[in-house]
Amino acid sequence: MKNQTKKVFSGGLGQLTIPLVAIALLVIFNLFRDPSFFSIGIMHNNDGNIVLSGNLISIINGASELAILAMGMTLVTAACGGQDISVGAAAAIAGSVFVKILKSMPSITGGTVVLAFISACIVAMLFGTFNGTLVAVFKIQPMIATLILYTCGRSIAYWINGGATPTVSSPIISGIGSFIPGIPIPTPVLIVVLAAILFRLLFHFTSLELFTQSVGINGSAARLNGINSTFIKLLSFIILGICVAIAGTIGVSRLGLINHETLLLDVEMDTILAVAIGGNNLGGGKFKIGGSILGAYVIQMLTITLYAMKVSSTDVKAYKAIVIILLVVIGSPVVKARVSKLMSQLRTAKAENLTKGAQ
Amino acid sequence: MKRFKALVLAATLVASMALTACGSGSGETASTASSSPSSGTIKVGVVNNPPSESGYREANVKDMEAVFSAANGYDLKTFYSLKNDEQLQAAQGFITEGVDYLLISAAETTGWDEVLRKAQEAGIKVYLFDRMIDVDESLYEAAVVSDMAKEGETAVNWLLGQDLSEYNVIHIQGAMGSDAQIGRTGALDEQFASGKMNKVVQQTATWDEAEAKKIVESVINSGEDFNVIYAENDGMAKGAVAALDEAGITHGVDGKVIVMGFDCNKWALRELLAGAWNYDGQCSPFQAQIISDLIKGNTTASSKKIINQEKGFDAKTITQADIDTYGLGE
Amino acid sequence: MQDNCLLQMRGIEKNFPGVRALGGVDFTLRKGEIHALMGENGAGKSTLIKILTGVYQMDGGEISLEGNKVSIRSPQDAQMKGISTVYQEITLCPNLTVAENMYIGREDSAWVKHKEYEKRAGAILDSLGIPARSSQQLGDCSLAVQQMVAIARAVDMKCKVLILDEPTSSLDDKEVNMLFDLMKDLKSQGVGIIFVTHFLEQVYEVSDRITVLRNGELVGEYLTEELPQVELVAKMIGKELDELSALSESEDKDHEAGEVFYEAKNLSSSDALPFDFSIRKGEVNGFTGLLGSGRSESVRAIFGADKVSGGTIKIKGDPVKITKPIDAMKNGIGYLAEDRKRDGIIAELSVRENIILALQVMNGFFKPIRRSEAEAFADEYIKVLNIKTASRETPVGSLSGGNQQKVILARWLLTHPDYLILDEPTRGIDVGTKLEIQKLVLKLAEEGVSVTFISSEVEEMLRTCSRLIVMRDRHIVGELKGKDLNQAQVMKTIAGGES
Repeated sequence: MKNQTKKVFSGGLGQLTIPLVAIALLVIFNLFRDPSFFSIGIMHNNDGNIVLSGNLISIINGASELAILAMGMTLVTAACGGQDISVGAAAAIAGSVFVKILKSMPSITGGTVVLAFISACIVAMLFGTFNGTLVAVFKIQPMIATLILYTCGRSIAYWINGGATPTVSSPIISGIGSFIPGIPIPTPVLIVVLAAILFRLLFHFTSLELFTQSVGINGSAARLNGINSTFIKLLSFIILGICVAIAGTIGVSRLGLINHETLLLDVEMDTILAVAIGGNNLGGGKFKIGGSILGAYVIQMLTITLYAMKVSSTDVKAYKAIVIILLVVIGSPVVKARVSKLMSQLRTAKAENLTKGAQ
Repeated sequence: MKRFKALVLAATLVASMALTACGSGSGETASTASSSPSSGTIKVGVVNNPPSESGYREANVKDMEAVFSAANGYDLKTFYSLKNDEQLQAAQGFITEGVDYLLISAAETTGWDEVLRKAQEAGIKVYLFDRMIDVDESLYEAAVVSDMAKEGETAVNWLLGQDLSEYNVIHIQGAMGSDAQIGRTGALDEQFASGKMNKVVQQTATWDEAEAKKIVESVINSGEDFNVIYAENDGMAKGAVAALDEAGITHGVDGKVIVMGFDCNKWALRELLAGAWNYDGQCSPFQAQIISDLIKGNTTASSKKIINQEKGFDAKTITQADIDTYGLGE
Repeated sequence: MQDNCLLQMRGIEKNFPGVRALGGVDFTLRKGEIHALMGENGAGKSTLIKILTGVYQMDGGEISLEGNKVSIRSPQDAQMKGISTVYQEITLCPNLTVAENMYIGREDSAWVKHKEYEKRAGAILDSLGIPARSSQQLGDCSLAVQQMVAIARAVDMKCKVLILDEPTSSLDDKEVNMLFDLMKDLKSQGVGIIFVTHFLEQVYEVSDRITVLRNGELVGEYLTEELPQVELVAKMIGKELDELSALSESEDKDHEAGEVFYEAKNLSSSDALPFDFSIRKGEVNGFTGLLGSGRSESVRAIFGADKVSGGTIKIKGDPVKITKPIDAMKNGIGYLAEDRKRDGIIAELSVRENIILALQVMNGFFKPIRRSEAEAFADEYIKVLNIKTASRETPVGSLSGGNQQKVILARWLLTHPDYLILDEPTRGIDVGTKLEIQKLVLKLAEEGVSVTFISSEVEEMLRTCSRLIVMRDRHIVGELKGKDLNQAQVMKTIAGGES
């Protein structure tokens, strides 16, 4: 028993404590506020498919882009000890490329969608390589290096399709962004699951996890052990590039429309927050992808809760900030040390009482 | 030394990126439409926001270039920027260059007094388009603008004309404080205040489609009843409709929910034509012809402020010709 | 006697998760004495000192300073009470000036008076004979000078108790003597000095009294003159020294017979001047010289740790290219770096991950070692090298220095190298582990592994190496073997002049 509690605080679950506690608190809060908040309904959508609906579905569905970006961001954070703030702009570029390719095709078929997606991936990976080169080769701080793309990314997205907001409509696109006929779960959620599995496989079939953590914790030692840290850092940005392309594609497919100004606007800050809430050290080193995914769901759950309370969406940001400050402070080393000290004091006090009792 | 090299290289990279980025914004700076201005041509300097700003701006810029063409007897110089101080400098430049007319759509409403005074001293006539500026009326000939409040009124009047038994409205606002948001919100707020319409939720999605979808989703999940979606632009209306589709709620002509948007993008008007939406309010970017007529003396301004006539399209009456004429983008 | 007492620690206890670091330890420091605190790594010396300086809070016991019971809540608090420390690792800010470092955190007004500080700092540096300018950036000074600045800072704080935690590990003989003079000076002023070191000779040179700890327990307090060196070592490691002497007796280290494994001609790097070097299969050789003589830089060039700028290399007679660590590793070379914290351990990763790291890199990115296999490797080496760790999943950073070093050794042993370069593998670790590492080196040599062994303690090298390469001012100035392998000859060659 004692061992188990200890494990929760120091071992495997330790890093996930904060996001899990946050989710638990939000669930309890919502259950008190409105017991039906988490009810899940089954209904027909306008295409005649049976689909699940409800706030819970909205939360996990709405957090999809964030979750996928957070996975890639975790890797960049771990390897480089900094964050890519250009993911939103890069996603706008990837989304624009996706639409551009589709529009240049005579018709939208499965093949053209795959082609468009691969093109978006390649472009996003190229921009990832650009960011990664600045960081890994030129040793520029990640935030500064990615500031460039952050600044000009949406202009680049504009050139790709011109000013207006081009639309694409096709059952395949709505299948990606909404529901696939016959499957009641929103497709973006399935894509997140798939991405998480892919990451798991990547860690299983390569040494990416060990090498990334080594580079992030002690770059000098990693180098002397023969790890090519430039390659690892570059790779993290390229993988993030793929995540950006996936997120951009989902974002575009949700509405069948690309608005380069608003697609995944401000998502970079939420992504970094998701990584932080997930208990990952923003200074690099050890990481847990799972934590970041949970972090994304925490952020989305918070947003949806505030919407359900009809908090004005301009105020939502302020409320979000308050909750996030709390989470980050609770997760800070100072508070953690205090809590563990308190716990050990309680434990010794208990032990003393026991021995006294025995006497 | 190594560090220095890296820095230089990085700086070059940054610089080249920045240069190419700027290229789009102000690439057309002072491009001259005709090479040899004869005595017959009228020299016009246009200070505008860059076409990349929006679909609206893109159409606006195209319209300007088409109307003030060499064929129509104009020598057009243009400058595009989102920054007020850059615009001011460009206007100054046009004055020094000696244009006949200065046409301005300002990035900000303040700071223009001095430049306009100089223009007046130089005998250059100033027309404002699209946006008003905080200066004395005497400093410009006329301002051709949209009346956002009127757009809102037109839309709300149309909605009242639908004679619904009750109006439960989801109101999705644009970026708070923008002209379009204030204007388009005003008329509806009056209805909410008078109790004629019922406000289910009033939220800003800051022109973001995805945000609009989340707002509507949240209302659907709460189980509240609604039958009107009033979105302050087309994109947000599209986001709202996506939420309806996923929840299996019908919309448009013969649907349960009335969908209203603004801006008249071509794709949005096509939604109207297909009956998926009900109403789209125009925000006309076409001020060039009015100004040209004023310059050439074909018409005279009845007042300093000329309201650009704007329409509202109903799904039941819209035609393909309307889309071709009034639709923005492609 | 009791009047003379400056600091008393009674029954000090400290527990860490799963480990009892201190179990009721007593320690007494008198005015004007130099008191050596001795013990193997993990004996509890550092913990005791961290409690005394307020870094850790004790779980039990009491501390009194000049007869008054005190509680020390933080490092600042300790400083206020007159307890100053110079740690093993430099804890100053390299990007501030020397003067700023000496006055940081104890400015007497809100305004930073740079000029005045520089003047005052300059005076102190002068009086102590420290070769640094007060206005220069600390990071530009050598490690030794940085260390001395840290001491100067403590001295200037008019401390009653001065704690020197491994102050000499990066100083050369001259600097050590300078430090000792300073310590004796302070002692005559009535300051009590706690001196923690692994250098036994130094203990006997300056200390008046010795307290020995072992496994978090007090072994005893002795007058230095009454405790022979051999007995001190016996008390520290808790066993008799037969083994140690047996080791030094074994004189059969001649491996001339083996073929040449590695040969470099004119090898140079960004940090090392061109040099020739070769090593035979099963040979143990050493690089020696004073700090800064270029011994570390040379072996780093062999491993490709710094940018290699020239030279030809042959492995078993075949020309190869070694320009970066992975090249060296693929050619069967392993390198244990001098700075364990900076270049060795990945502190937050587990013992298991640290052990498999080099092998994993050699296996390649796409062939990860299976978890079960990795666990087996880790368990094996934890056992073979007797690594003291709570489990194989413990972060390596929480292990004691000696055990961290063993983990890195395990990392390289796991790659089954043909040639292992060990740069200061015994620095800052306890006598027992030092002995184990020396034995391991000899065992590896017997198995045919070539080893280059570098140590600041010439004794150790004489005991293990069959050939010593002596460096001075970044040049190889001599090579000693056979009967020349003795302390006197080494010193003579290092010092230079007539042979």
